[in-house]
Amino acid sequence: MTLDKARVGQKIIIKNILDDNIRVQAIRLGLYEGANVKCSAKIPFGPIIIGNRLQEIAVGRELAKKIQIDVLN
Amino acid sequence: MNCCEGLKIEIPKGANKIVLAGNPNVGKSVFFNALTGMYVDVSNFPGTTVDISHGKFGKDVVMDTPGVYGVSSFNDEERVAKDVIIYGDIILNVVDALHLDRDLFLTLQLIDMGKPIIVALNMMDDVERNGIKIDVDKLSEILGVPVIPTVAIQGKGIDEVKKRIYDAKLGKMHPKILEYLEGIKDKVQLQSEALMVLEDDEEMLNNYNLEPLNLREEIYRLRRQRVDDIVSKVVLKDYDRSTIRQKIGYFMLNPITGIPLLIAVLYVIYKVIGVFVAGTIVGITEETIMQGYYEPLIKNIFSNLFGGNSALFRAFAGEFGLFTLTPTYVLGLLMPLVVAFYFFMSLLEDSGYLPRIAALTDKVLSFFGLNGRAIIPIILGFGCITMATITTRLLGTRREKIIATALLGLTIPCSAQLGVIAGMIAPLGAKYLLIYLTTIFIVFALTGTILNKLLPGESSYLFIDLPPVRIPRLSNVLKKTWTKTWMFLKEATPLFALGALIITFLNETNLLIYIQNFFAPFTVNILKLPKEAANAFIMGIIRRDFGAAGLTDLVLTPEQTVVSLVTITLFVPCIASIIVMFKERSKQEALSIWIGSFIMAFLVGGILALILI
Repeated sequence: MTLDKARVGQKIIIKNILDDNIRVQAIRLGLYEGANVKCSAKIPFGPIIIGNRLQEIAVGRELAKKIQIDVLN
Repeated sequence: MNCCEGLKIEIPKGANKIVLAGNPNVGKSVFFNALTGMYVDVSNFPGTTVDISHGKFGKDVVMDTPGVYGVSSFNDEERVAKDVIIYGDIILNVVDALHLDRDLFLTLQLIDMGKPIIVALNMMDDVERNGIKIDVDKLSEILGVPVIPTVAIQGKGIDEVKKRIYDAKLGKMHPKILEYLEGIKDKVQLQSEALMVLEDDEEMLNNYNLEPLNLREEIYRLRRQRVDDIVSKVVLKDYDRSTIRQKIGYFMLNPITGIPLLIAVLYVIYKVIGVFVAGTIVGITEETIMQGYYEPLIKNIFSNLFGGNSALFRAFAGEFGLFTLTPTYVLGLLMPLVVAFYFFMSLLEDSGYLPRIAALTDKVLSFFGLNGRAIIPIILGFGCITMATITTRLLGTRREKIIATALLGLTIPCSAQLGVIAGMIAPLGAKYLLIYLTTIFIVFALTGTILNKLLPGESSYLFIDLPPVRIPRLSNVLKKTWTKTWMFLKEATPLFALGALIITFLNETNLLIYIQNFFAPFTVNILKLPKEAANAFIMGIIRRDFGAAGLTDLVLTPEQTVVSLVTITLFVPCIASIIVMFKERSKQEALSIWIGSFIMAFLVGGILALILI
């Protein structure tokens, strides 16, 4: 499934990011294949907030559709 | 090759370049101030809104860099930081201990560049407060460079950093990346350049005429895995609960609480800037100081030189004079507003609220082909369109820059104009205010939507780090306000001066009257306004508030007032912002926006007149 379908509070694992430019930037912020993160907030129709330890990253909704994930719980 | 060509920073012979590097908001500026003391210069990197502060530490030069997550070219900040870092001699890397997993990526990249490095492990108080334990000695051992724990804002550890700066050492590189580096090191001069080549940095590849090796992702992944490995070894005890600051962060992001908060914050800003600064302060700076003392003095000087009735006198000290209109406008009117706007923007930025506003508004802006980051130039536009248009540089793609510039030029009234508009519309009551706001909003939405559909390509996605919410430090906010204001004044004053010269030329050759007469029939027939309103519109080109103010002298019905205010809001922005548009965008794009705003103003005004009058 894709990140836009994740629910708040879910622990997720990043499978792939289908955007070359963002994928490289995301590695720097700790989001890469196999990274364990959390869906910490969702703005209705808007960005998804990913939490990675104490760090938070806002991901636009359209971009979230290009991020493949697995839900852990 | 030299890092400082673009910056024009003088590096004395034999002096080391000590470069401060770190992620955004890690407290680098405190270290910079501690190292350099009072004598600091700020240089703007040409073509960007990025400034580099530089000063002296003993006989060496200290250079600050913008906060970045890594050294590469994803945006202007990174390009500038890269240029300074790869030619630095000693790197002081400031690391946020709370966000070790994020910050160490840059640290490892700096180590891979083969630079002598010293790490300041900052915000150790936050680490303790969150119940986290870090093995600092082990971190230093793994990295192979000195690591000094600090709490910069309390001054803890700063002296130690100053004392040990020359202990900076080459760190332990990633063996696999080292292997890759060996393969290309004789193709370039420096190891830092070699790393940039390995990481497919376009500028560096062009410099050396090399083809990309497509290794960037692989190298980033190796580095990221090493970061995670290091973090698992040195973080002995991790945080156990979400912090109060995170909760405040969610409060700002959740639309149910976030939207009312945003409205409240914008209302406070409007009250302070729109009422206090634009009214009281500008009343003093523009009317009392500039028009009361400065202009008579200048007029006196130039009438002694050229006589009070010559064309030269009018060019220098007349109504649109180079030494009257320009300084009065820039210093008397704009400077207080620009200072106030940058003050609030710095406050929002340093508190961590600005990126959350960007996230909150991302969805709405996406309808217009923009992402949340575009909220920054849009807010600034209510201050000064010229300032805001310069800020569109921070947007990701050309199409976003065009859309934002067009929206700014067309629909956003700047603070100079806003005051006059508010003054004219308030007495008419809520109904007319609503008509005005609705019309402007519809034009904004339509323009954005249509441009989004018409322009080729794709806009960039929102992908931003949300720094922790914190109380901003006043000294930092004031410093930012000052450097940004100074940069604006340096960049914009020549444009306003050029604008004054153009207007004087049009006036002296009677072209101004010709243009006014050209617009008169449109004004009378389409907008159903008195002929004199055309003068007000044309004066709006000189200063937008001149135009709006020109309307107050006319006898207008409430309907006519609304039509004229809508028209003047949409009408071409002031001459300085037009010049900025031509500077920032291509001739064709700027011209389209300019002419488009003429047509839109009369079209929308005409439709409104048809309905109302």
